[in-house]
Amino acid sequence: MKKHVWRPLWVVVVLVVIILLARWVYVPADFGVQDRGYTFGYHRLGNEKEWQAQTPRYQGNNYCADCHEEQTARLAGGSHLDFPCENCHSAAGEHPTKPEKLAIDRSRALCLRCHVKLFMPSSGRNTIPGIDPERHNGTGDCVDCHNPHKPNLEEM
Amino acid sequence: MKRRDFLKHAAVFVSGVSVSLSALELIDPKEVLAANPDLRWGFLVDTYKCVGCGFCVKGCKIENDIPLEANVTRTWVERYVMTKNGEVLMDSPRGAQDGYTSKLIDHGASGKKLASDKEIAQAFFVPKLCNQCSTPACVQVCPVGATYQTADGVVLVDRKWCIGCGYCIMGCPYGVRFFHPVEHVADKCTFCYHRISNGKTTACVQACAFGARQIGNLRDPNDPVAKVVMKQRVGVLRDEYGTKPNVYYIGLNEEVR
Ligand code: HEC
Ligand code: HEC
Ligand code: HEC
Ligand code: HEC
Repeated sequence: MKKHVWRPLWVVVVLVVIILLARWVYVPADFGVQDRGYTFGYHRLGNEKEWQAQTPRYQGNNYCADCHEEQTARLAGGSHLDFPCENCHSAAGEHPTKPEKLAIDRSRALCLRCHVKLFMPSSGRNTIPGIDPERHNGTGDCVDCHNPHKPNLEEM
Repeated sequence: MKRRDFLKHAAVFVSGVSVSLSALELIDPKEVLAANPDLRWGFLVDTYKCVGCGFCVKGCKIENDIPLEANVTRTWVERYVMTKNGEVLMDSPRGAQDGYTSKLIDHGASGKKLASDKEIAQAFFVPKLCNQCSTPACVQVCPVGATYQTADGVVLVDRKWCIGCGYCIMGCPYGVRFFHPVEHVADKCTFCYHRISNGKTTACVQACAFGARQIGNLRDPNDPVAKVVMKQRVGVLRDEYGTKPNVYYIGLNEEVR
């Protein structure tokens, strides 16, 4: 074959080799077709481990029980029975190391999420005692009058 | 060769070849096994129990580092109000991360609407999240292999691999994907993969004080979620898209999209 054919051909060959080399360096060994086949499982296997290794922030009520016996007992004995503590105090993370204290939210907004009276038949909302936030005892904090851990009216 | 003979031979040849090809395709034990592992995560939502407090949304955002002030979320709660004269009102202000504290239904540009108690025929909340479909459209459209499904059925995004093209966000019929404002990659509900893989339940399930959300193993006949899915009347969202979603709803009706 003539020179003018070979030259561009070499350029192409070299380019292909470079691209393959770059791919070999860049693409990790665990990248490929995994359990779910080519259509749904073409990925880097190590990424599944990365997701699994993320640290959870929410710990659950059992975690609090040993150190905050009083609140745990009150909650379990009242009408807010098994409410997750962390809904009102935010995620515990590594509390009491980091953070040392959890937030205390005394705002009306916290309670109003559940207690604004909405007419929602065919939903659980209708079973919660509802109030009209404009009318029910002005603008003071709900927790000035109600105990958040045991709001039972007979205990007020 | 006669025309008739040609057609006959051709027919025999084609059917013979296709039979042997499909036989080759069938026997891959690895794929057959992968199609039936003993773990397949599924989700059950009871719309009767949901009160619309939005703690699941807040919990999800904090657990998974989605900024509370950004108007994107991996899970959200919709409110449906059906009036007696057939009108359907729906809203989900900021994904309901602060709950529903007003009777006014936010219709965005067309303003807020109020349905008086007397007009309301039924009203309820519908929590939504990724359906972890069995044939996920979002995974098929990814050009770089950054989003994929694990053997136990969870669709994940490889943040190091994602180029942020946004095809998957467009491809999802349920609109559960969004662009992560901090990581600058596509993001979606992972069923809290870090929690469920380590014996915990998801943040949203844990945050729900009313048992409206449950997660379980659909392959285990003794699993509470699997039992309900098998024995009760449950529905899925947008069945007609053929993505085979794995989030089941109790008390779904056709107005919910
Ligand atoms: C290992 C023991 C321990 C555990 C477990 C623990 N806490 Fe605490 N918590 C503490 C200590 C110690 C303080 C600091 C008390 C102080 O300074 O008054 C504290 C402070 C708090 C405060 C602030 C109290 C205040 O007066 O400012 C809250 C709220 C709180 N914890 C909630 C929780 C919740 C909710 C959990 C469960 C998710 C939890 N804690 C788990 C030990 C614990
Ligand atoms: C409905 C929301 C809510 C839930 C659920 C809740 N708390 Fe509280 N908690 C509050 C509020 C509001 C205060 C502040 C009370 C005040 O200032 O009078 C508070 C105060 C506290 C304090 C400070 C000391 C005190 O009693 O005032 C601790 C400790 C605490 N909570 C722990 C817990 C633990 C542990 C749980 C779960 C067993 C829990 N809380 C569940 C709302 C809640
Ligand atoms: C000044 C004290 C005070 C404040 C502040 C207050 N309440 Fe009350 N609340 C009461 C009293 C007294 C009752 C019982 C009598 C009644 O039903 O009005 C009550 C009753 C309730 C009930 C039961 C209603 C029923 O029908 O069973 C709920 C729920 C309630 N309050 C929630 C709240 C919430 C949420 C807030 C904050 C937005 C709040 N309260 C603020 C004093 C107060
Ligand atoms: C997650 C939703 C939720 C939140 C948040 C919440 N509550 Fe409740 N609350 C309930 C439910 C549900 C009941 C009724 C339980 C029952 O059936 O007896 C209730 C009952 C009450 C009652 C009536 C108790 C009785 O004996 O009749 C009061 C008062 C009350 N809550 C006050 C508060 C206050 C104050 C706050 C804020 C610190 C608050 N709640 C936050 C769900 C909530």
